[in-house]
Amino acid sequence: MAEFTLPKNSVLIEGKTFKAAEGVTNIRRFEVYRWDPDSGENPRIDSYELDMDTCGPMILDAILKIKNEIDSTLTFRRSCREGVCGSCAMTVNGKNTLACTKSIDSYTDTIKIFPLPHMQVIKDLVPDMTHFYAQYASIKPWIETQTPAPADSERLQSKEDREVLDGLYECVLCACCSTSCPSYWWNSERYLGPAVLLQAYRWLVDSRDENTGERLDELEDPFKLYRCHTIMNCTDTCPKGLNPAKAIAETKKLLVKRKLG
Amino acid sequence: MVKKNNRPISPHLQIYRLPLTGIVSISHRMTGVMLSAGLVLFVYIIYAVFGGLTTYTAMQSFTSFWLVKVVYWGFVYALFFHLCHGVRHLIWDVGKSFDRDTLNRYAMIELGASLVLTLTVLLFI
Repeated sequence: MAEFTLPKNSVLIEGKTFKAAEGVTNIRRFEVYRWDPDSGENPRIDSYELDMDTCGPMILDAILKIKNEIDSTLTFRRSCREGVCGSCAMTVNGKNTLACTKSIDSYTDTIKIFPLPHMQVIKDLVPDMTHFYAQYASIKPWIETQTPAPADSERLQSKEDREVLDGLYECVLCACCSTSCPSYWWNSERYLGPAVLLQAYRWLVDSRDENTGERLDELEDPFKLYRCHTIMNCTDTCPKGLNPAKAIAETKKLLVKRKLG
Repeated sequence: MVKKNNRPISPHLQIYRLPLTGIVSISHRMTGVMLSAGLVLFVYIIYAVFGGLTTYTAMQSFTSFWLVKVVYWGFVYALFFHLCHGVRHLIWDVGKSFDRDTLNRYAMIELGASLVLTLTVLLFI
């Protein structure tokens, strides 16, 4: 059942403020969600005043600056710093994005940073992705075939067949879209969510995959697929500019087409 | 999900800024619920019409109260808005108009169209 309020242990309490050094003029204030599993306390919001003259341009640069210079306990995931690994997904000023590809200048005033919404928090900005990855595995994100492989070549794909996968293969599974979706907030136990459904569609339309029927059978479920109500938060938030909502609509169309023969 | 280690749930509704499409979507659901509840009033009016002079005049004085009028026109707007977003859903269902850049424009068109439709009805009553 949907719970619109936060449970007792998740309610935010007031945190610490770290003032900028004397004489710093170009200040930007960052408010960051903090939770320490060892403290026994509720999550809090810490405020950091950063000197923008000595800070890199991206949100990730600011977070790294906090960790390097102010509070080394700040915990977050990051790796590639160029939007291809999907590690640094977080909520910045009320919208999910990748911290590494979002510039500080695209915001005015205070920047508020939270972990991805409605997830179990392991520490600070690190959510537990176990369930999300298990859902991804459940759609069998690999090629499935019935026919034997060609003896002397790979399974080839025409240029046109390959183009069908444009807008799908670029997904880095950062979970920005799934965790922006209210349907996923309330039903993530059974609803697969936009990211996983986009991947499911990617395998449905792959010309080399031969298990389309079984894949559709798996998806034809009131919860797995049909909890999507076209709210469009997913498409709105995707940091890679992809369109999960469209992929879901196309999947629904495939199911209708199959039914109509 | 099974809870372990007393891990908190990260804030969601509390901090997420719904885009216009999201606001329109939840409004569609809320107007749906409101319209269903509002049917009781509709039934009351029909009942009053068939009840003869006493119930009719009672209903008339009730519906001429300004607050009831506001609710009434709110009801009409809600009806048209619900209809417009319903049409939007039909367009989506055939797989059309998912373009990111057009989403806000379509949402504004829905809101505008339902306002125009409401005003049109207002003009003819």
